[in-house]
Amino acid sequence: MISLSINGTRREVDVDPRMPLLWVLRDVLGLTGTKYGCGMAQCGACTVHLDGEPLRSCVTPVSSVAGKSVTTIEGLSSDGDHPVQTAWKELAVPQCGYCQVGQMMTAAALIAEVPDPTDDDIDAGMAGNICRCGTYPRIRAAIKQAAKEVSR
Amino acid sequence: MKESLRRRAAHLSVLALTPLCACSSGAENPDRAPALLTSDQKEALAAFDVVYEVLQHPRCVNCHPAGDRPLQFADGRLHAMNVQRGSDDRGRPGMRCATCHGSANPELPHLPPGVSTGWRLAPSEMVFEGLSKAELAGMLLDPKRSHMTPDELIEHVAHDPLVQWGWDPGPGREPVPVPHERFVAAFESWVEGGAPVPQGKR
Repeated sequence: MISLSINGTRREVDVDPRMPLLWVLRDVLGLTGTKYGCGMAQCGACTVHLDGEPLRSCVTPVSSVAGKSVTTIEGLSSDGDHPVQTAWKELAVPQCGYCQVGQMMTAAALIAEVPDPTDDDIDAGMAGNICRCGTYPRIRAAIKQAAKEVSR
Repeated sequence: MKESLRRRAAHLSVLALTPLCACSSGAENPDRAPALLTSDQKEALAAFDVVYEVLQHPRCVNCHPAGDRPLQFADGRLHAMNVQRGSDDRGRPGMRCATCHGSANPELPHLPPGVSTGWRLAPSEMVFEGLSKAELAGMLLDPKRSHMTPDELIEHVAHDPLVQWGWDPGPGREPVPVPHERFVAAFESWVEGGAPVPQGKR
């Protein structure tokens, strides 16, 4: 058994220790908010937080996060009202939506560390999250709006 | 320890004079300078050739780039995804090295490699990319840039997991071809031989 902390709750899972964290989240624990995109850390759709830092769960063996704190989109806020989620809704950021959970998780980690991000901060921090619909201008605007909300 | 460093410094000052001596008899000919070296210094310079060969391999250069963007693959192209150094050499907020690089190599190719100490760039002063032998030796011997004494450098190349990773880079990546033991022995020989700085531009 591997003991995990997922969104503040202790979970015990009986899986191959090499199983990617993403598979455990989606297929074992039923937390399907986090998406499978490429399976090789190339697209960012599977991003979660590990001790507050963004992490590509698709290439992370579940045994390597035992004892650390994992946050998924389901745990980013209690009511879908994290400033990033609110800004995403207000600016209607998603188009197809598939990448947006990963985008929001990276954005939340970014503004937690950089309260007033410049375009350069956003370009550098978000470059590993790919959006095939090209919603980047709205993502950038929403990050700035969310950052303002956080520092208010 | 201090005495041995002073001895090394004395060797270095002798070598620093070498080009002046060689000037009158054709300074442009690199074959002339070694005639003025002791056999110990010649051996040390030969050992540094091995050190240089290793430190110029992409497994080493890619994370010792000239600039704030890591390189990748055998051809040392800029790391995809606009990855940047950040203030602690471990990436920018949102795109940390550890966002993709875990604590061990994956079993499959085409996935980000990992190491137990965590992925990171060498400090920005500790550049390998594009350096001649003389420049690389000069960097290693300048504690402001290498951040280490010669003995600490030996310890670093022998035991740092991120250095050792160069010989165990996971599937799909060429390891450094010079055996690790031979590299460490060459590094020691270079230091023990007075850490001479090669002359010339190549």
